Amino acid sequence: MKLKLTTLALGAVMAAGPVMADLVFPSLSYRTGPYAAGGIPFADGYADYFTLVNERDGGVGGVMTKLIECETGYNTEKGVECYESTKGEGALVYQPLSTGITYQLIPKTAADGIPLHTMGYGRTSAANGKVFGNVFNYPANYWDGASGIINYLLDENGGDLKGKKIALVFHNSAYGKEPIRTLEELSVKHGFELTTLPVDHPGQEQKSQWLQIRRERPDFVMMWGWGVMNQVAIQEAANIRFPMENFIGVWWSGAEHDVLSAGAAADGCRAVTFHNVGRDFPVFDDIQKYVVDAGKAAGAGDQVGNVLYNRGLYAAMLAVEAAKTAQEIHGTADITPAMMRDGMEALEMPEARMSALGMPYFGPSFNVSCENHGGPGLVGVTQWNAESKTWSLIADFQKTDTDVIKPLIDADSASYAAENNIESQCK
Amino acid sequence: MFYREAGDFKVSYEEDSQTFPIKFDRYRYYMVLAFAFLVIPFTINDYWANAILLPFLIYSIAAIGLNILVGYCGQVSLGTGGFMAVGAYACYKLMTAFPEVSMFVHVLLAGGVTGLVCVLFGLPSLRIKGFYLAVATLAAQFFLVWLFNRVPWFYNYSASGQINAPERDVFGIVITGPNAPAWATYLFCLIFLTLCALVARNLTRGTVGRSWMAIRDMDIAAEIIGVNPLKAKLTAFAVSGFFIGVSGALFFAIYLGAVEVGEAFGITKSFLVLFMVIIGGLGSIFGSFAGAAFLVLLPVVLKVVGVDVLGWPPDIVAHFQLVIVGGLIVVFLIVEPHGLAQLWRVTKEKLRLWPFPH
Repeated sequence: MKLKLTTLALGAVMAAGPVMADLVFPSLSYRTGPYAAGGIPFADGYADYFTLVNERDGGVGGVMTKLIECETGYNTEKGVECYESTKGEGALVYQPLSTGITYQLIPKTAADGIPLHTMGYGRTSAANGKVFGNVFNYPANYWDGASGIINYLLDENGGDLKGKKIALVFHNSAYGKEPIRTLEELSVKHGFELTTLPVDHPGQEQKSQWLQIRRERPDFVMMWGWGVMNQVAIQEAANIRFPMENFIGVWWSGAEHDVLSAGAAADGCRAVTFHNVGRDFPVFDDIQKYVVDAGKAAGAGDQVGNVLYNRGLYAAMLAVEAAKTAQEIHGTADITPAMMRDGMEALEMPEARMSALGMPYFGPSFNVSCENHGGPGLVGVTQWNAESKTWSLIADFQKTDTDVIKPLIDADSASYAAENNIESQCK
Repeated sequence: MFYREAGDFKVSYEEDSQTFPIKFDRYRYYMVLAFAFLVIPFTINDYWANAILLPFLIYSIAAIGLNILVGYCGQVSLGTGGFMAVGAYACYKLMTAFPEVSMFVHVLLAGGVTGLVCVLFGLPSLRIKGFYLAVATLAAQFFLVWLFNRVPWFYNYSASGQINAPERDVFGIVITGPNAPAWATYLFCLIFLTLCALVARNLTRGTVGRSWMAIRDMDIAAEIIGVNPLKAKLTAFAVSGFFIGVSGALFFAIYLGAVEVGEAFGITKSFLVLFMVIIGGLGSIFGSFAGAAFLVLLPVVLKVVGVDVLGWPPDIVAHFQLVIVGGLIVVFLIVEPHGLAQLWRVTKEKLRLWPFPH
């Protein structure tokens, strides 16, 4: 305790000293509540990458980064409190990891001029940069995920899903409802039959939904869950002996903690993804050396290499690279949120750049532009091996059905623009 | 010494029956009002408004509403979250259907709609009491949340099922949406809270309030002395519903701006407001304020002390928060079952005699 007090006092003295302003990255994390199982690895990965950048490279462009963590518990009210308490500290970009909080923050960040990066979640139509000037959801969004799943199933079934029955088990919230519109369009286009089965927050009670699945015998079950809901669903699927190879989740329903509790029964379960999995990348050696071995790992330090840890890492890497881009554009190391936004909009992420960072083929190569804040929407597929307890990438990042998605994005963002009197933000 | 009525002579009935008969109390009340209306709006910033004051004001209105039902009329309700949702969705539908009408009108109308819905769900109270009524109101909670999730008309057919408050103004001052200045949103809620508290205070000490309390204390006896239980119970539900509806409308339109019904108005919200009422003190307007302040401020204070001052990891602090808030509730209920309001009453009694307690 005494030691702790001394270090705290020391920290306070150091913080009070005249240092150059840090680059502030708030992390609205949730390590408590029913969604903590997903929140913890993401927050750890996000934090560890910034620690790595500070320890190994001495910050971004010579300026140290500072991570402010604020616990939201996946609760929108606490999310607002966190946003208000951190925005005054010069926060460069927000990544709330919650669709509910994202909807809160879209208008607030627009008014305050702070960019918002919702990677694979949030409001899908934010991909239209003409309307959502400061919201980004590269490299992929929900509708890419939905289309990616259908494309994968098409591939498996020789390009024909006619007459097949597909059930969507979804979290009954803005998050879970997002893909329905796209799936409805796709069901018309490909001629499959879509059944939607809502599961209420927090998702521990799914008996009736799975009973219905047992009765209707759909050919495939798509999962749009988060937190404890995933574990329960996979357990229930195992209980009714639903074949796991026909069970395919979105990227929020495909992490270690979701499948571990079901044991061997979960073997073969699949999920789409927009980044690579496993810890077979050079960057993990650096993390081991500079972060874990140095005792600076966030949280308990036991999440390194998990699917969601990698996602947090990827999110932080994209944020750091966008900050670097912003520094180049504006010729100053000490960037503001507005400059950060420019950096995100000009972000280019070719394979060579990822390799240079020790993350070869960690995500798809993509470029962001003013019109397209959503990236190319390339989606891969991972599969769980219960014996080796690993997820592995079984299909490369592939194109999704932009013919269906683009008009939907345009329509939804146009209605938002009309509601809020927004004119095109691109020249 | 402070709460002496000695020398404070009343010469009319009005003076004798005023809300704060003791001079010191009255001036303190004027001071608080003046401070809230004249000082805070000039010093407020976004953080204070959105993280502390707005939730406090809005939850206070909800707590007053629930206190009328539970504390004054003795009808246990677990449907507060659902009724707040009615207020929020009514306000949303009105805001989007009649954009030119002032927000004042919308919020009041939303309260009215909620009052009606609340009366509807209050009808079983004529037949059932106590725990059984609690279960009936619980059904209201789940039914209303399900309804707003299920029927797309309520959320104007938006893809995500969320409702978003468009920008609206009052006398040309933007009051909803992200561009609303902190002082305007604060004042808007403060005006509603002041009005609600005044109305509630005056209702509860008039005929209506007395009939509520008679029903609470013993409904059969009340019926014998001529209190109409139908009228008393349903007015309690109506008034309570109105207040809760106003708070729900403000909660959605002014405070959050975007709401997802299951998350924002779930069963936890019902319990939160019920805890405010129980911790603050059943059957006390001041208790509603105290309970709301306690449950809104405590987590923020604990977070500031834990994370910002002591530098602990935020997850540890969040876990501690649950432990401490839970522990305090238990301690309070053991030490002072009548809540913070009773604590305040006892303090006042002590202050009256201080420094010569004999």
